Amino acid sequence: MATISVAAPRVAANPRATLQEWLPKLVLAPSFALILLFVYGFIVFTGVLSFTGSKLLPDFSTWVGFGNYVRLFNHPNWITALKNLAIFATLYIVVCSVLGLGLAILLDQKIRGEGVLRPIYLYPMALSFIVTGVAWKWFLDPGIGLEHVMHSWGWESFSFRWIKEGKFAIYTIVIAAVWQSSGFVMAMFLAGLRGVDNEIIKAAQIDGASTVTIYRRIIIPLMRPVFLSAFVVLAHLAIKSYDLVVAMTDGGPGTATWTPALFMQKFTFGRNEMAMGASSAIIMMMMIFSIIVPYLYSELRGGRRQ
Amino acid sequence: MSAVSQDNATRTGIFARALIYSLLLIFAVYYLLPLYVMVVNSLKPLDEIREGNMLNLPRQWTIAPWLSAWSTAQIGVSPTGLKPYFLNSILMVVPAVALSTILGALNGYVLTKWRFKGDTIVFGLMLLACFIPFQIVLIPSARILGLTGLAGTITGLVLIHAIYGLGFTTLFFRNYYEAFPTELVRAAQIDGASFFQIFRRILLPSSGPIIVVTVIWQFTNIWNDFLFGSSFSSFDSIPITVALNNLVNSSTGVKEYNVHFAGAILAALPTLIVYVVSGRYFVRGLMAGAVKG
Amino acid sequence: MSFLQIKNLEKSFGATRILKDVSLEIEEGGFLVLVGPSGCGKSTLLNTIAGLEPITGGEIRIAGRDVAGLHPSKRDIAMVFQSYALYPNMTVSGNIAFGMEIRGVPKPEREAAIAKVADMLQIGHLLDRKPSQLSGGQRQRVAMGRALVRDPQVFLFDEPLSNLDAKLRIDMRTEIKRLHQRMKTTIVYVTHDQIEAMTLATKIAVLKDGILQQFGTPAEIYNNPVNMFVADFMGSPAMNLVPATIGTDGNALTANFEREGRPAVSLALTNPPAGLAAFQGKQVIFGVRPEALTDPDGADRNASSTATADLHIEVVEPAGSDTFAVTNLGGKGVVARLRADANVQPGTVTPLTFNLTKTVFFDPATEARIH
Repeated sequence: MATISVAAPRVAANPRATLQEWLPKLVLAPSFALILLFVYGFIVFTGVLSFTGSKLLPDFSTWVGFGNYVRLFNHPNWITALKNLAIFATLYIVVCSVLGLGLAILLDQKIRGEGVLRPIYLYPMALSFIVTGVAWKWFLDPGIGLEHVMHSWGWESFSFRWIKEGKFAIYTIVIAAVWQSSGFVMAMFLAGLRGVDNEIIKAAQIDGASTVTIYRRIIIPLMRPVFLSAFVVLAHLAIKSYDLVVAMTDGGPGTATWTPALFMQKFTFGRNEMAMGASSAIIMMMMIFSIIVPYLYSELRGGRRQ
Repeated sequence: MSAVSQDNATRTGIFARALIYSLLLIFAVYYLLPLYVMVVNSLKPLDEIREGNMLNLPRQWTIAPWLSAWSTAQIGVSPTGLKPYFLNSILMVVPAVALSTILGALNGYVLTKWRFKGDTIVFGLMLLACFIPFQIVLIPSARILGLTGLAGTITGLVLIHAIYGLGFTTLFFRNYYEAFPTELVRAAQIDGASFFQIFRRILLPSSGPIIVVTVIWQFTNIWNDFLFGSSFSSFDSIPITVALNNLVNSSTGVKEYNVHFAGAILAALPTLIVYVVSGRYFVRGLMAGAVKG
Repeated sequence: MSFLQIKNLEKSFGATRILKDVSLEIEEGGFLVLVGPSGCGKSTLLNTIAGLEPITGGEIRIAGRDVAGLHPSKRDIAMVFQSYALYPNMTVSGNIAFGMEIRGVPKPEREAAIAKVADMLQIGHLLDRKPSQLSGGQRQRVAMGRALVRDPQVFLFDEPLSNLDAKLRIDMRTEIKRLHQRMKTTIVYVTHDQIEAMTLATKIAVLKDGILQQFGTPAEIYNNPVNMFVADFMGSPAMNLVPATIGTDGNALTANFEREGRPAVSLALTNPPAGLAAFQGKQVIFGVRPEALTDPDGADRNASSTATADLHIEVVEPAGSDTFAVTNLGGKGVVARLRADANVQPGTVTPLTFNLTKTVFFDPATEARIH
């Protein structure tokens, strides 16, 4: 069934023993088979699709080779989407990491009320991106949101129309996304900080290092694995981000906040350009895999040695 | 960190601590503000929102927006409110969570206690499946659902969510069972216990924590999903996230912000409640899903 | 002139008193060992000396200076931790140099100091490695190097050998002692291992539940324990503590031991402690170390007072260099240490000699020594 190579079976004394030997693999097999089909099989399907001229429905009779990819990278909407992704992903990852680390360090200072603060920072993770999108969409809306609030407080000249402005709309998505995910990054860093051996801190104190120096030269460098994990998770979320954009701006104004995920959806189901949609999905997947695969490979190999 | 010195510490200590607490409080406000805005504005009449200030408490409290969001608001073409879609979500989430959790547990069991040649590759492939952008499987999934007659049904959604949740559930259980002493399994084998008996009577009883973590994780992710919901559902099977988006982004007529907010909170309530109640386990799930790979 | 003075030290965590009225001192160049069971407060005491924990009451003076409120880095101390506490992201030379960097020591001096210390501890070939690439013993030496390079007035060691395997522990113990003899710096050393305490210390402080039980030289602690806890804790195998009744045979006081199913054993005490007279007719605890109870031929001929009794041997344990024989007195198993070639058989009766100059008596109610 799958590509598992089986160890040479021992001579079975009775049928029951043979069944017991095969049973584990039998139990695992359906899940593995499902994944092989629904994940890897479908990836191949979509990949092949991207080389065809499919429009509304999959059409394997027309072969266009890399034609779709050429069209893709010449398409202004795709270029916009990639640019937006670059801006969004960079800001999202950097701000979440800095904010998460900062909050974790603050919380690590033996704060009273940590039990109340931590859930407050984390609860946005429990929300759907759609809910987050709805909340921030109206909160940043010039008509009823922040700008309006400032005006009604007397600050007439205050202007915050980013969500309606092509150049700045993408940054509103960043604000909402950071709001959603930074608590989670904070939780990761907090766990990392708490894992530092207390005696190392004591030794540094005896050496005369100030608290700032201790954080700068000893604790933060020790957080490298956490930075890496956070990066992997955030990068992956950024590339996939679709729900939030749909809820907040639906790609607008115009095409100013298109992301690759949005591009795929719109072209496949909206503009009947299935093959183009497929190729955009393949590119997305390659971006994610270029980060995840090396990471997973090193994790699994390291883990195996235990 | 242990409390350090006392030299001149009291003065600078108080200043530093005041700074720390104020920063933490400012950020607490940042995180709570949208929630506050949603709750407060869901209880105002519409004109108060338009004329007034989003941050103000309602001058006139009303629960009409909530009633509207639940049963009368216009979603797509039908003025049914969110109630039917809330039910759809429940019908979708419960079986999907159950299926993926059970299978994940069995998979984790096999991968850690019944090792075989190539099991790391199998696990690796299943793990990698967690990270694919789901856009890439949309088209073929739609085809298969169409071919099997499950397109636009809740059953179809259940299957999709269960299958694509397998990677994570297997990951959780596999990591958990990895730490479980294999000697117990071997001892049971010597006692003559069978594959399923060992699972049922030795591993399962100790699996409480990871079952909770997995169920919470799956529940949250599947309930909050939008992509599969919007791609594979049709009128009667739309889950609540899709319905909410339809409610908010339908461009006809007057924007009833208060209803939108009430609807958003309704959609968020189940996962929020789960989060508040389970706290620790929720975090454990996040960490296990992320840090381990 | 004592170099490190601790007077009436009190330390509480909230409502719990961890250290209760502890007073001790050590002279310059001395080796003070704080020893006691887990939870007795010895590590806390060390941390207060280091300044890592504030004190609730009392006084600590280093070289005559009251160090209360002084930051650890300003007390001129260095510390070696149980887990070595090496900075994982720095190389060995980085670890050793870190404190000097903070204090602004210029690079050439730093390099010279590192080289000198590396030479002393034979870690020169490890300078570019990270802690994760070192063995336990190597990490131990780097931790000591980091402390040495500070050239402090007092070295503090917090159970530095606990994480090493048995053989390495003995090797490192000797190295530490050698280092002390060479550097002549004052050392305060915490351990739960009483053998380390006995072999390394010039002065021992025995702690239990935050109270100082006894403070003295190793010989004093060993031969003149001030209460039953100290007598039992120090020495291996442990001192035999046996209930006895004090009687008299007309001339002198006697110690009388009940035996199950056999007649009582009576020992004439030729030179008992003065306070024992008050216990005539009452029960005391009789303490004798295994090496003070032996076969008559192997007994110390120079001992001024001895007593011999015929005792029934229950178990014989030949240990190579000695033979241990177990008898029963007062309902307790009593271990005697005999010469290796002593001819003793289990189940027989044989005469054993008590060296009465080395026996001690305790009041069973207070557990204090009877002088």
